Amino acid sequence: MAEVTSENMNSYDGFVGGKWQTEINVRDFIQKNYTLYEGDASFLAGPTEATKKLWDICCDLSKKEREKGGVLDMDTKVVSSIVSHGAGYLDKNLETIVGFQTDAPFKRSLQPFGGIRMAETSCKSYGYEVDPEISEIFTKYRKTHNQGVFDVYTPEMKAARHSGIITGLPDAYGRGRIIGDYRRIALYGIDRLIQDKQEQFKSLEGEMTPERIQLREEIAEQIRALKEMIELGKIYGFDISKPAKNAKEAIQWLYFGYLSAVKEQNGAAMSLGRTSTFLDIYIERDLKKGLITEEQAQEMIDHFIMKLRLVKFARTPEYNELFSGDPTWVTESIGGVGVDGRPLVTKTSFRYLRTLENLGTAPEPNLTVLWSKRLPHAFKEYCAHISIKTSSIQYENDDLMRVTHGDDYAIACCVSSMVVGKEMQFFGARANLAKCMLYAINGGIDEKSKEQIGPKYRPITSEYLDYDEVMARYEDMMEWLAGLYVNTLNIIHYMHDKYCYERSQMALHDRDVKRYFATGIAGLSVVADSLSAIKYAKVKTIRDENGVVVDYEVEGDFPKYGNNDDRVDQLAVNIVKKFMGMIRKHFTYRNSIPTMSILTITSNVVYGKKTGNTPDGRKAGIPLAPGANPMHGRDTHGAVASLASVAKLPFNDAQDGISNTFSIIPNALGKDEVFMGDLDIQLDCGCCEGTCK
Amino acid sequence: MVEILGNIHSIESCGTVDGPGIRFVVFLQGCPLRCLYCHNPDTWEIKENQRMSADEILQQYDGVKEFCHGGITVTGGEPLLQMDFVTDLFKKAHQKGIHTALDTSGLLFNKDATDKMDALLEFTDLVLLDIKHIDDDEHKKLTKHSNKTILDFAQYLSQIKKPMWVRHVVVPGITFNEKYLAKLGEFLATLHNVVALDVLPYHDMAIPKYQNLGIPYPLLGVSPLTKEQALSARKIILDAYKHARNNMNATHSL
Repeated sequence: MAEVTSENMNSYDGFVGGKWQTEINVRDFIQKNYTLYEGDASFLAGPTEATKKLWDICCDLSKKEREKGGVLDMDTKVVSSIVSHGAGYLDKNLETIVGFQTDAPFKRSLQPFGGIRMAETSCKSYGYEVDPEISEIFTKYRKTHNQGVFDVYTPEMKAARHSGIITGLPDAYGRGRIIGDYRRIALYGIDRLIQDKQEQFKSLEGEMTPERIQLREEIAEQIRALKEMIELGKIYGFDISKPAKNAKEAIQWLYFGYLSAVKEQNGAAMSLGRTSTFLDIYIERDLKKGLITEEQAQEMIDHFIMKLRLVKFARTPEYNELFSGDPTWVTESIGGVGVDGRPLVTKTSFRYLRTLENLGTAPEPNLTVLWSKRLPHAFKEYCAHISIKTSSIQYENDDLMRVTHGDDYAIACCVSSMVVGKEMQFFGARANLAKCMLYAINGGIDEKSKEQIGPKYRPITSEYLDYDEVMARYEDMMEWLAGLYVNTLNIIHYMHDKYCYERSQMALHDRDVKRYFATGIAGLSVVADSLSAIKYAKVKTIRDENGVVVDYEVEGDFPKYGNNDDRVDQLAVNIVKKFMGMIRKHFTYRNSIPTMSILTITSNVVYGKKTGNTPDGRKAGIPLAPGANPMHGRDTHGAVASLASVAKLPFNDAQDGISNTFSIIPNALGKDEVFMGDLDIQLDCGCCEGTCK
Repeated sequence: MVEILGNIHSIESCGTVDGPGIRFVVFLQGCPLRCLYCHNPDTWEIKENQRMSADEILQQYDGVKEFCHGGITVTGGEPLLQMDFVTDLFKKAHQKGIHTALDTSGLLFNKDATDKMDALLEFTDLVLLDIKHIDDDEHKKLTKHSNKTILDFAQYLSQIKKPMWVRHVVVPGITFNEKYLAKLGEFLATLHNVVALDVLPYHDMAIPKYQNLGIPYPLLGVSPLTKEQALSARKIILDAYKHARNNMNATHSL
């Protein structure tokens, strides 16, 4: 264990000591030192001149990037690593927080370890070509994750992948969804973290089981990554081997950790963690000492957030189609309440949200408020204000997740919760349960290609669908799908660990991490409504010349998911419980804990395209509802009833998250304050009898 | 006893504009008025729609009550067409401690026979009264009915001190008129139960509804009221209100 040296003393001056000094324990540091802020937003500062100028440069580059067809520049020669590139700046003299993925902003890095084909296609689609020598190296001499997976896939796995009953698998790109505890670098400095990792390495001697060998190799890689992070700091003129001494350094150190991750991993979601309250401790200290002003504090946060907005990856048009854009999922979790009941809201929680006003609205970083009933009222008001103004905040239920994860977890991607530095997940895309139902009806024959994809179970031959019969067949088909799905993921994550290991992110984790095996489902509302239609109305099958059901006619009305009607809502609940139970029956890679999400936010569009007509009356190609949403237009009892249906889904069986995409026209949220409950009219109520309450 | 069933048009579980707080809003089917600017023409016809008892509605409310803290609002259509049902619903709601609001035009009020109305108002916490037009002739043009019973109702509510929100839709060329707005303010000044004034700028978002129903849209070509216009309308009403109040106070103190 590292001792508190005199130099550290200087860095830790004014901090309350505790366990965090003798072990790597950022949570303990936060709990001992943060300053709860319950006031309002009036202290916040606007953008400085430097911020405005820098953001103008960014907007200008964004415009040029759009004009060039979506990519401004790509590196085709240098394989990206932590230290692969020299320093890059927007305007060195104005930036308080520095660092880009390559040596220039908007220049996308080359990351072939996930798959060389993906890297080549990404370049080709924007008119670039990967250096032939690099292509050769990653084809002939250095195997990639993608090749590893396809070497061992079974024909059945390939067929299921092709038909789209399992979609979005991270078998050709980085799996992402791992959050390094980037705060550790600021608090401890890299030297101390290396020392800790060396002790971990030493603790793993003795019996050399395959598991232990794997972990030893990983820790060796982690130490290598940590050493490179020190080099990365030097490239920009900083020494991050020692703890940060002030707020600016704390932000910069933390950002270098994150930057290392995005220089090495083109992950589907590269989330940041839960940093605002941690950084607030440093900002508070500097403010108290009179070292910085509020304007300067806000400027540093603005510049940091600006950097996060500029994280970019080389991706293919197909990838962008799947995710409806080019998301990076730089999710930052803000707020929440501690297990001791104190809200974890600080002034910097406000400052992060303020960036949406200072820099204008943006989808990234994905600012996520961990919502609790017990958050300070003024903070709730500010969240509402920013939501109304920018539509850019995501909300998650802290009261629900705290029970499982405590008070130092963060969200990866959109809903996946994990304790920072202690838990990670194997991202598993999702299985299309709507399509699975069609397979159940057609005995494993794909309704679109008419190929036998699933097992050749007995199809349903009756003209009208019978609920019990469909349910029995559906359960059999789900059992098949769960097994195939889990085993496909086992392969993917084995290969990702082998060929595309996230050494820099895992270097910022404990030795023994808890791993989640994060499966997912799509099409839940279509399934619930289909079962409801079969149960409460009459559903007639329409068959092609070979007897394959290709369409359905619904006769009569049926309860629809999204109206707080238990007759159908419980069908949805049941499916979630059942499928999760089936997932749990299987072996999961590295003793990971199986979980499930119901969370497609954008890919539901593509899944819909791959799914034929369904028994609820939905036509082929129509998008599935996002996440756990009711099907569009079927929730007719207003927002609360719609949300109440979604809220019935059991978190225990969908622990990787349940998402509901919600939009509402501002007027439906209540009136402009000037039109409602006019207070002027009560001004004179002292004089008139009985009008005031 | 035979259970009274309501003829329900629809239910909105997240009402934010019909009374204080987030409310559970019950739209009843059927309305005697034909306001030119009506945005719910689908509730006009007095036809059979969905029949529900008060208990059934309260059961639905129960499922969302954690979110609908505001309470229940009954609107329409015209709720007073189904007064027995609304009374039953509000009575049962009050037994559960739920705040009740009645959104009505007041057209069916009869000041010489208030027994039934009194029974309903006993369980009504707040009345949202829609004054369509302060001028009787104009009111007839706008709704095909006189405003006499409506203004009677306002005065009656003032007499019994029933808290009331006054709602007024401001339509260019119809109610967006300084004379009428001031007259409305003066009328409001004579009441002692007004806790809020809700100036509603006319909008034309209901046009697709008319098209779907095959009803010609009466205000075709009338542009929606802007926010600035709505603010100026509100100011006219309130200025006239205050002016009238001051005069009344001056008279009192003499």
